[in-house]
Amino acid sequence: MQSPITLTVNGEAQALPGPASVADLLARIGLDGRKVAVERNLEIVPRSLWPVTPLATGDALEIVAFIGGG
Amino acid sequence: MDGIITADDPWEVAGRRFRSRLIVGTGRYKDFPETAAALEASGAEIVTVAVRRVNTSDPSAPLLQDYVSPDRYTYLPNTAGCHTAQEAVRTLRLAREAGGWNLVKLEVLGPPPYLYPDMAGTFEAAAALIADGFEVMVYCADDPVAAKRLEEMGCVAIMPLGAPIGSGMGVVNPYLIRAIKAAARVPVLVDAGIGTASEAAFAMELGCDAVLLNSAIAHAGDPVRMARAMKFAVSAGRDAFLARRMPRDYRADASSPSLGVIGR
Repeated sequence: MQSPITLTVNGEAQALPGPASVADLLARIGLDGRKVAVERNLEIVPRSLWPVTPLATGDALEIVAFIGGG
Repeated sequence: MDGIITADDPWEVAGRRFRSRLIVGTGRYKDFPETAAALEASGAEIVTVAVRRVNTSDPSAPLLQDYVSPDRYTYLPNTAGCHTAQEAVRTLRLAREAGGWNLVKLEVLGPPPYLYPDMAGTFEAAAALIADGFEVMVYCADDPVAAKRLEEMGCVAIMPLGAPIGSGMGVVNPYLIRAIKAAARVPVLVDAGIGTASEAAFAMELGCDAVLLNSAIAHAGDPVRMARAMKFAVSAGRDAFLARRMPRDYRADASSPSLGVIGR
């Protein structure tokens, strides 16, 4: 049986049913990966490493995009 | 007259050449179509953009890029809202990952109500970013000593405030802006404080290389028309600077000949 992963995404608690990568998480949320950047536990996760970067319980992720601003 | 007047009066920052001397922010507009229309009217080639958490509960919400193409405009990611060097550096590393841009606008802000540049944090962040390969255009106090130090650290443009962000107070310290420009070997831009077209022209008449503004357009009654006014103001101010204004004198100096007046 797979153990769930609980982590924080943009400051909010999320639970995943089993092992997942950063790419899996983005797909699950439904985000267009070409327009966002991801930081995991204060480290940038380069886009090329999303599929091979596993998530673990306790991870803190920031997913950001550009918005209007001065 | 110094040579031939041409509309093409480019400037360079970090080895990149631009014709427009107006950089505009993309915030505080009613919606994305208004943002796009104002940018178009402004003639700007560089637009500043903020970095924020995406809304994970509405992943299909339209994004800025859908209306303001990074292929057409040079995106200048900023650190708006960052109050520490650490926040600013994290934000710009994420921006570089999201868009691949090294040319960035650094701002580390003090507390409200002035959001005045926090220069200790600005120096700390600038050092970290430059060491990490960024080309840093830096928002800073109108302090000639601080400005020179930022240039010596390797910042590619110095951007002193005209007045607090979003205040619309204009260039309140023109002599210091001029002093910063006189000492600088990198472009100097007035960033923040501009409220209307005459103030943008005035900043350019001081000799600044360009002007950066956002609220003056976005908070005008008619943002698209104000964007157009800013385009002409920056261009007029630049020409007036290059033309070298006449001297001031409180006494009259008639421009018509005194000979040949009738009845004498």
